[in-house]
Amino acid sequence: MKNFLLYVFCLNISLAACASGNDGVKKAVDDNAGLKLPAGFTAIKMSENIGRSRHIAVTAQGDVYVKSSKLYNGKGILFMKDLNGDGIIDTVMGFGKYTGTGIAIKNGYLYASSDEEVFRYKLNAKNEVINPDQPEKIITGLINRHQHESKSVALDNEGNIYVNVGAYANACQEKDRTLHSKGRMPCPILDSAGGIWQFKADKLNQTYGDGIRYATGLRNVVGLDWNTQTNSLFVMQHGRDQLHDNWPELFDTKQSAELPAETMYELHKGSNAGWPYVYYDPIQHKKILAPEYGGDGKKGIDDIKSEPSVIMGGKGGDPTTLINDMSIARKPVEKNIQDPTVAFPAHMAPNALLFYTGNQFPEKYKNGAFIAFHGSWNRAPEPQKGYLVAFVPFKNGKPSGDWEIFADDFAGGDEFMSPNKAKHRPTGLAQGPDGSLYVTDDVKGAVYKISYNK
Amino acid sequence: MKKTVLVVFFITTTVLLKAQSLKTSMDRGQKVYEKVCLSCHMADGGGVPHLNPPLSQTSYVLGDKSKIIYIVLHGMTDRIPIEDEYYSNNMAAHTDLNDQQIADVLTYVRNNFGNKASAVTVADVKAVRTKKK
Ligand code: HEC
Repeated sequence: MKNFLLYVFCLNISLAACASGNDGVKKAVDDNAGLKLPAGFTAIKMSENIGRSRHIAVTAQGDVYVKSSKLYNGKGILFMKDLNGDGIIDTVMGFGKYTGTGIAIKNGYLYASSDEEVFRYKLNAKNEVINPDQPEKIITGLINRHQHESKSVALDNEGNIYVNVGAYANACQEKDRTLHSKGRMPCPILDSAGGIWQFKADKLNQTYGDGIRYATGLRNVVGLDWNTQTNSLFVMQHGRDQLHDNWPELFDTKQSAELPAETMYELHKGSNAGWPYVYYDPIQHKKILAPEYGGDGKKGIDDIKSEPSVIMGGKGGDPTTLINDMSIARKPVEKNIQDPTVAFPAHMAPNALLFYTGNQFPEKYKNGAFIAFHGSWNRAPEPQKGYLVAFVPFKNGKPSGDWEIFADDFAGGDEFMSPNKAKHRPTGLAQGPDGSLYVTDDVKGAVYKISYNK
Repeated sequence: MKKTVLVVFFITTTVLLKAQSLKTSMDRGQKVYEKVCLSCHMADGGGVPHLNPPLSQTSYVLGDKSKIIYIVLHGMTDRIPIEDEYYSNNMAAHTDLNDQQIADVLTYVRNNFGNKASAVTVADVKAVRTKKK
């Protein structure tokens, strides 16, 4: 710990606190840091203006590790302490000279990712990193084509680590995001991206060949969590964009703003969520064949009869000839495309998932799922939406009610058209040792702590 | 005297006509913008942080016309920093737009969102379209 670069300073809010006793702290508590919360909950902004906070891990001691997608004083991982327990960060130390998203604590190690690699750092008994400059590189060579490039991580209880590799495309078209460009069949991206890969948590220098493609057909997952009740991996997929832009005769701008759903899946080895062939329509409640693959916005994947010649890409073997011939929509090669566990409104961009196992919050929250939505951009020209933390109650490992908004107004409260107007965008979630919920923001690097006070 | 009046008349009409044609080009350009560019670059040209760059006061928008004509014609996936920021999305080639539409939309962009720069003409677009890569 001693060779950490040590930065001790009053942060934005604590600056006020430093200057005027506890007033700054009190004010932050009084207005819940600008958030709208259910009755009985309070929020405090622990820190701000330090990098772009992505995912977050909180230690048993209540100290905070944040992975930043922008270097802060040259460092990409920030270790923060609230020394006096007033909810405000007092010290920030940085290490790791790389930017990224993923961070997690498991069995005495801190895991952190860049957009291509995953590292781990041994922790001491106080959960502090022992050698911040000498991490072990456990995974390397993950694909990064600067679209959906962040790598998130989750760990199970059997020594495995799960890493998301997002697809470097919107819908696997011949030409990405281009008007009327057809889907590639089969989609070659799925070999090395568009899924979740499983690796060993303790083996060095693993590459694709050492891991397994655990689940496929996932366009881009940023939020994922291991559910200890079901002993399975749950993920949140970012649904596809630009249905209107690329297929204006099938979808108007209003439909495009509401389609497709953002989806939660429970995954097992071999799971397939269907991207790019299929998207989930939250209004028709079904898996729809993507327009790039002959869909018309109505045809459900389960309605199509399987025709062998069609499955393989058409009678002449030319995969493109059949596309857009709505009468012979091609059934995707993959079978057993699964339904989502929960469907959320379109384009809200789920960036974190956390199953709540704490005791602080009321009973209804126990084992339920919190989801940090980063907020939309692809609803334009409709107003933007979804800069919030949502909650889904779970019983016996299954959703037991509708999703609801848990924490709102991160963006600032008023309706707005342009995402650059958002003051904060939720990105990461963690549970503290006392059962508080921590939320990060990647606009200003804020860390919020949300607590329940009976 | 008569001559001066004529010259003054001639100059004012040319200026007015030019302003008029800039306005009609801008109006047409706005329609193109709303149809094909707005969904990524947003109504205020502010873009989406880290995803789609802004079109206000960028060195691209205010700089060499042929560069931005090229971007609209061929798309952009360069990932070179735009005013010190990287943007993680692909801009598609807009092959469906004709020379007039591209001239109009770029004239609109260059004179909106706080920008002030010369109009882009159909001849400018033609030149880039025919130029060998
Ligand atoms: C799919 C989203 C998308 C659409 C639609 C789109 N762009 Fe872009 N545009 C981008 C992205 C992303 C970049 C930067 C790509 C990179 O950095 O590799 C960009 C870059 C640019 C640039 C250069 C950088 C800057 O910000 O000055 C200009 C100019 C531009 N676009 C104009 C347009 C115009 C005009 C249209 C409509 C004809 C349009 N774009 C449509 C996403 C889009």
